[in-house]
Amino acid sequence: MNLVQLLVDSLALGSQYSLVALGIGLIFGVMRMINFAQGDLITFGAYMLVVPTVSDVAPPMIAALPTPLLIAATIAVVALAALLTERLAFRSVRRKGADGPTLLITSFAIGYFIQSVILFLNTGRPKSVSILPELSQQIVFAGVRVALVDLVTIIASLGLLLTVGLFLNRTRGGIALRAAAEDFLMARLIGVKADRVIAVAFLVSGALAGAVTLMFVAKTGVLDFRMGVPLAIAGFVATVIGGMGSLTGAVLGGFALGLASTLLQSLLPPDLRPARDAFLYGLVILVLLVRPQGLFVFGPGRERV
Amino acid sequence: MNLLSVKGLSVRYGPIIAVRHLDLDVDVGEIVCLVGPNGAGKSSSTLAIAGALLPSAGTIHLDGKDIARQPAERLAMAGVSLVPEGRRIFGRMTVQDNLIAACLPGRRPFDDPEIFSLFPILRERMGQFAGLLSGGEQQQLAIARAMLRKPRLMIVDEPSLGLSPRFVDIVFGALRQLRNQGVSLLVVEQSARRALGLADRIYLMRSGEVVMTGRSGSLAQDPEFEAAYFGKEAAR
Ligand SMILES: Nc1ncnc2c1ncn2[C@@H]1O[C@H](COP(=O)(O)OP(=O)(O)OP(=O)(O)O)[C@@H](O)[C@H]1O
Ligand SMILES: [Mg+2]
Repeated sequence: MNLVQLLVDSLALGSQYSLVALGIGLIFGVMRMINFAQGDLITFGAYMLVVPTVSDVAPPMIAALPTPLLIAATIAVVALAALLTERLAFRSVRRKGADGPTLLITSFAIGYFIQSVILFLNTGRPKSVSILPELSQQIVFAGVRVALVDLVTIIASLGLLLTVGLFLNRTRGGIALRAAAEDFLMARLIGVKADRVIAVAFLVSGALAGAVTLMFVAKTGVLDFRMGVPLAIAGFVATVIGGMGSLTGAVLGGFALGLASTLLQSLLPPDLRPARDAFLYGLVILVLLVRPQGLFVFGPGRERV
Repeated sequence: MNLLSVKGLSVRYGPIIAVRHLDLDVDVGEIVCLVGPNGAGKSSSTLAIAGALLPSAGTIHLDGKDIARQPAERLAMAGVSLVPEGRRIFGRMTVQDNLIAACLPGRRPFDDPEIFSLFPILRERMGQFAGLLSGGEQQQLAIARAMLRKPRLMIVDEPSLGLSPRFVDIVFGALRQLRNQGVSLLVVEQSARRALGLADRIYLMRSGEVVMTGRSGSLAQDPEFEAAYFGKEAAR
């Protein structure tokens, strides 16, 4: 495999992982909860592209919109759904003083709820949907043929990461969110509104999930009611190897996971390729054994429990 | 007039009673010190007053309004600022971002000259990570951060803890200056001597209860005060 192609492949995969990881990391920051429903929000967005139906061929819904509207609608719908999960479920559980494990179970429940509703409305058979057909061509880049959808995925992800970075570092709302992620009670003591900052985290995280929906479906064209689960796991693993609690770490962790996955795919002998994920997660365990604080945590060790 | 009026305040952590029937007032423009040995319940009292802990009993009035069940962020808006034990600055953020997080559009800019005239060192440290500041600088940042909310009542929990005498002077000087600007202060202090030097009035707590209270001037003369601080009254 060509080096440029390898780079494009791993960056495209890594950017999806890093967007999911950033979404998980943002919510973990303010709630100390790992939101496993993040992956099912991606699935939810994907199924909103088509009209719910039990037949095998689904007519387009959001997918029928012109490109700019399609992008905006998908991101908005998923961001709204994320906000709703906070408002209807997490908020009341949190108000009752629930601890991390309880919230984690709540996120599993929400994830399974989304999956079950999708399964009920659409059956479990995968469906195909075509969005952004203009991206499904190959182009010559640096002398190598690569899929346009991969290049666009990379560029869009970098744009999103930059936007979130600017929001977190340059706006008062973003700075308040970082403050809350570092010391939630102290942030409240200086007047940062707990409910609002958590809602903002869910909104941003949901928008990122919506963007991943678009990238994933544009690439594969397939809908499956469990399609988001591996993405959530990858995103979670990325936050862990990046160093729980560090957003930069989560993003870098996502890219590292994408790179490792792509490398294994191309370097493993063909017979072993089906076991790629076994190797990948074996590698993750190894990383955690060597650097339990995370790959991308430097300087004085942070407090750990 | 009383700005803060606490009556019968109790705080518990499960079965542990940390504060028992605390009565405490802070008048407008007054510095009140809460002194007492470790575990007396000083921090628990301040956390309850600032809305960070739900009291198990009692009333807390600010300007005549009951605030005992208000959440911390609402109280921060209403003019109660707590600088908690251990300062709790945001160490992974810059000094500037620590200040920005605390300022509200329309209240006070994060680079308010008044703050820099009290704590000139902060101006030089704006771009540094707050976690890299010395303890004394962190304490100054924590107080500056609390000032940005334009509090009417500032509660400061052990501002002198771990500070060199030079920094204690800076910090206490700033607290006095705040008082002169009309801010009322409730300051927790372990050292009875330092509290006598700073406060207008003092409450002495032991094991969750107030055991003695009075004006600093009269307590300074009172041999019972020292005895009470070290717990000799328990044997009486
Ligand atoms: N989070 C907590 N959980 C359980 N018990 C607590 C907690 N915080 C404080 N306590 C207990 O409540 C009592 C009062 O503690 P508090 O921190 O209010 O005292 P303090 O006067 O501030 O002491 P110090 O001078 O050491 O800061 C102590 O017995 C302490 O062990
Ligand atoms: Mg204390």
